[in-house]
Amino acid sequence: MKQWYLTMDVRWCHDCNNCFMGCKDEHVGNDWPGYTGSQPRHGHRWVNVLRRERGRYARNDYRFLTLTCQHCENAACEAAGNGAVYRREDGIVMIDPEKAKGRRDLVDSCPYGTIYYNEELDVPQKCTMCAHLLDDPDWTPGLPRCVHNCPTECLKAYYVEPEEMQKIIEEEGLEVYRPELGANPHVFYKNLGMFTKNFAWGGILIGGDCFEGGKVDLVQDGNVIASQETNFFGDYRFDKLDDGKYTINIEAGGFKKSFDIEIAGKSLNLDYLDMDK
Amino acid sequence: MKGEIRLTNSSTGGPMFVYVKDGKIVRLTPMDLDETDPEGWTIEAHGRTFKPPRKTTIQMYTAGQKSMIYSDRRLLYPMKRVDFDPNGERNIQNRGISGYERISWEEAADIIVSEVNRIKREVGPGGIMSTPSSHHLWGNVGYRHSTYFRFMNLMGFTYADHNPDSWEGWHWGAMHMWGFSWRLGNPEQYNLLEDCLQNSELIVFWSSDPEVNNGIYGGFESHIRRRWMDELGIKMVFIDPFYNHSANMWGMKWFSPKVGTDHAISFAIAYTWLTEGTYDKEYVADHAYGFEEWAEYVLGNGEDGIPKTCEWAEAESGVPACEIRALAREWAKRKTQLAAGGLGGWGGACRATHGIEWTRGMIALATMQGLGKPGSNMYSTTQGVPTDHNFFFPGYADGGISGDCSNSAAGFKFAWRMFDGKTTFPAPVKMNWEAGQHIPRLKIPECLMNGKFEWYGKGFCGATIEAQMHPYQYPAPGYGSIKMYWKYGGPHIGTMTATNRYAKMYHSETLEFVLSQSIWNEGEVMFADVIIPACTNFERWDISEFGNCSGYIPDNFAQTNFRVISFQQKCIEPLGESKSDYDIYAYLSKKFGIYDIFTEGKDEMAWIEQYYNATDCPTLMSFEDFCKKGYLVVPYNPEGVPKTAFRWFAENRVRDTPDWGPAPNQTVGLKGLQTTTGKIEFISTSLSRFEAQGFVDEYRPAMHKYVPAWESWHAEVAKKYPLGMLSPHPRFSFHTMGDAKDSFMLDIKDHRVLVDGWYYWIIRMNTVDAEARGIKDGDLVRAFNDRGSVILCAQVGERVQPGTVHSYESCAEYAPLGKPGHSADRGGCVNILTPDRYMSKYACGMAPNSAQIEVEKWDGGIYEIY
Repeated sequence: MKQWYLTMDVRWCHDCNNCFMGCKDEHVGNDWPGYTGSQPRHGHRWVNVLRRERGRYARNDYRFLTLTCQHCENAACEAAGNGAVYRREDGIVMIDPEKAKGRRDLVDSCPYGTIYYNEELDVPQKCTMCAHLLDDPDWTPGLPRCVHNCPTECLKAYYVEPEEMQKIIEEEGLEVYRPELGANPHVFYKNLGMFTKNFAWGGILIGGDCFEGGKVDLVQDGNVIASQETNFFGDYRFDKLDDGKYTINIEAGGFKKSFDIEIAGKSLNLDYLDMDK
Repeated sequence: MKGEIRLTNSSTGGPMFVYVKDGKIVRLTPMDLDETDPEGWTIEAHGRTFKPPRKTTIQMYTAGQKSMIYSDRRLLYPMKRVDFDPNGERNIQNRGISGYERISWEEAADIIVSEVNRIKREVGPGGIMSTPSSHHLWGNVGYRHSTYFRFMNLMGFTYADHNPDSWEGWHWGAMHMWGFSWRLGNPEQYNLLEDCLQNSELIVFWSSDPEVNNGIYGGFESHIRRRWMDELGIKMVFIDPFYNHSANMWGMKWFSPKVGTDHAISFAIAYTWLTEGTYDKEYVADHAYGFEEWAEYVLGNGEDGIPKTCEWAEAESGVPACEIRALAREWAKRKTQLAAGGLGGWGGACRATHGIEWTRGMIALATMQGLGKPGSNMYSTTQGVPTDHNFFFPGYADGGISGDCSNSAAGFKFAWRMFDGKTTFPAPVKMNWEAGQHIPRLKIPECLMNGKFEWYGKGFCGATIEAQMHPYQYPAPGYGSIKMYWKYGGPHIGTMTATNRYAKMYHSETLEFVLSQSIWNEGEVMFADVIIPACTNFERWDISEFGNCSGYIPDNFAQTNFRVISFQQKCIEPLGESKSDYDIYAYLSKKFGIYDIFTEGKDEMAWIEQYYNATDCPTLMSFEDFCKKGYLVVPYNPEGVPKTAFRWFAENRVRDTPDWGPAPNQTVGLKGLQTTTGKIEFISTSLSRFEAQGFVDEYRPAMHKYVPAWESWHAEVAKKYPLGMLSPHPRFSFHTMGDAKDSFMLDIKDHRVLVDGWYYWIIRMNTVDAEARGIKDGDLVRAFNDRGSVILCAQVGERVQPGTVHSYESCAEYAPLGKPGHSADRGGCVNILTPDRYMSKYACGMAPNSAQIEVEKWDGGIYEIY
């Protein structure tokens, strides 16, 4: 049975919020009977663009992750719902707008925090993957609004057999956000480590000038796990690093240096290192 | 989707499909082209073929536009200030304070017509001042250059001339180095996408954030093109005090100069090339004027005796000397595009006291590396697409139904195609021509409150290089003083400089009547005596092209991957009693006795048909089919792909690009640039002549020099106000469009922050500065200097270097906590803090990116001053 999946590439999100705007455009002021009541004008984030700042001026970046309902195969909201939440055959998790009336508890049931409470309608609400549109043959784009609005194509939607999705996951190196929850989401992320993990970013100088072509090894537990050459600014940058202790070995212009770093939940600006001093 | 119909419309952020049901807009989406639409272009580079996606893109304020159409801040009825009596007490002192009552259109029209006619009989039409916002809602017939000018020119008024607020440094500086007056000093960008993909290895983005502004009006069309550049291994470096969104996405390196010091870096790069001999000496010998003397100055042999070394630049700008040198060396080695500003020109650095020298510095660097040779150009990646440039469809600045050749670009081509002079006529200017009455928009308060003002250059000075040196005075000789202000829209407090001035101005007794014509109750609309409600472009008919404004940005349809011409359909009826501008003017023109001249018996649709038939569109599609389909895509045409920008100049040929200038009379045998020498002038001949005539300007010397910014860390004022504030054009609204008004954009985390029921504007500051002031992320703070106070929400992080703060300009909400013009604003108009001083003595532009301020935790006070 074909299933709906969403994917998001952290590399290509720059927080434009077109996904968020598309969601509001579709759902604020519009009722989709049988799917969901209208979204409140303000406050809900059915598409929630999370932001994480990494590093320190001027070796720093900002990374974003669009968090929607993860349409989990093992959905905590469904388990808590007693029939108020159901999974469609195509994998989309829906809150029944009638049966879920008054079910404020469902908001807390989601480990990803993607369910919001509509005070006016007295019902929990969330991303429906625009199921009302996907079900409608007249909707020619054939995509959820957030995906259709995305100008960088960092959001994509797939309607494929699970086996085919598995192939895409492997080919593209897709991952699940917070896999420890064991929810088996239908939303997958590319370059997730750019959001969830950290970088070590520094540069080297020789004679006070940026040195290009220096060889930099990142060593963990005695093994070289990554190697780079410094660019014309003398910079090297290792990204998507897990927490832990590392050694950086640098060889440049006949000079050698080695130092230890520790990634502990934060990215590191290692500044410039004078190789010849 | 039962019962929904799909219509078309367009916007400042791109064209869209509009789904409508039962008289209500359901959704707005980007446009997917279908199989009936023509093929697009392809570019071959490095063995790859690049082809744009068959879909348009929209900006976020367009994606959220429905919330501006249906907003509780819409003005739905004509209104009158409760204590305003045109025949008795006017209570001018209560403007902005007392409330409003609903009146009928009839009553509003009677007041307007009797006030206008009274003032015309007392002092002539010069006594009525009017000015619209820079940007109207999209649509070429309904645009301000079109409908507004047609009516105002017929009624008679003094136009408050707009300063070239996005060009400034290019207009007042660059123009004296290379001309391009018809572009207000910006460079041409023809066919540079192909040049970049095929030949370039490095792009230096300097004061340029193309992922945010995409040029202007261009949706997100250029994103995919930078993706291609990235795939080809073209490296991208960013120079901007703010770690901008493009730098975050593409940058291998970010330089963050202290506010006002960009030109120190450009001088140091030039110094490196001069001392290492790594510039294009032959090219410079052939194409530059005054270079040798300038080079001596750079090397330290000039009057200041300072060699402009990288170490000197580090001390000025805070950017490490080693990085400046590394960039200079790489730049000299690689074919490099200099993306100065986001459009090809523009950039926040041009809207600053050092804008004149920054723009000249950009041209100097591009020249030293052979501007116009393959891969070496000035290209911002937002234009330069190889679409059909022969196909004629005008932009909004081409005058539409006004045919006004003085205040729009109608005279270039369009007016002669639009009006036959037998059955249909333009409405030319009689008063706002060069020798008529003028007011500079930046100095409206001074003109009204002091009754007198003198300045140089009228508005956008595009006719010649010298036009900007022409002196003006208010009132113009023989003309009457302003008694009435017909304001279109309400943004000045959020968009001009030192803007408490604009609030105070409304209490001037000389201003007898204030009329506001506006769609929303926002900004300074609250100061009007009478308010008349206009409707949005979704409630009327219009026609336009994606990304095409033309005028001073000729051929900027080349920002978009496909040329899409939209029939802007009336999707819903005007809300409440609001009317389209055309209908408002048609209604009033009856009472003024000019109805037949204004309308020629036509409604909006009849004008649109006349407009359509004056373009090349009928060669592709009948008007009837166009209306039925709702849009038209211009087919790819290899004949219409222009030649590469500046290649003609590099190769000493007659210009072969379709650019609008230089005019034949400003060249010798059609060769060279617009400057006197025809070359790139490191010592400007136009400024030299001006100096010889006695107009010596220390902040705009004839030779391109390092002139320290007058408000920056160097200045005395920095001792009291140590933080340099950058206030660029905003990201999530198009100027004030999209901000506030209870729009969806309020919920965007990086746009405003909800604290205790109020959506606060954001100020971004470095962790070090925040800690020193006891400020945490999310705190409400007071940003202030001697010009006023603004209450903002602090975003603490690493997006700016210590000593720099960043807060976007163009806040739509003015919400003074006490007396308007005298108290802290919590709407977020940081323009209150920016200097009203002109860029220099004779360069009468604004410098909002030169403001020194202090920030402290807000204690809840209202901070009323003087």
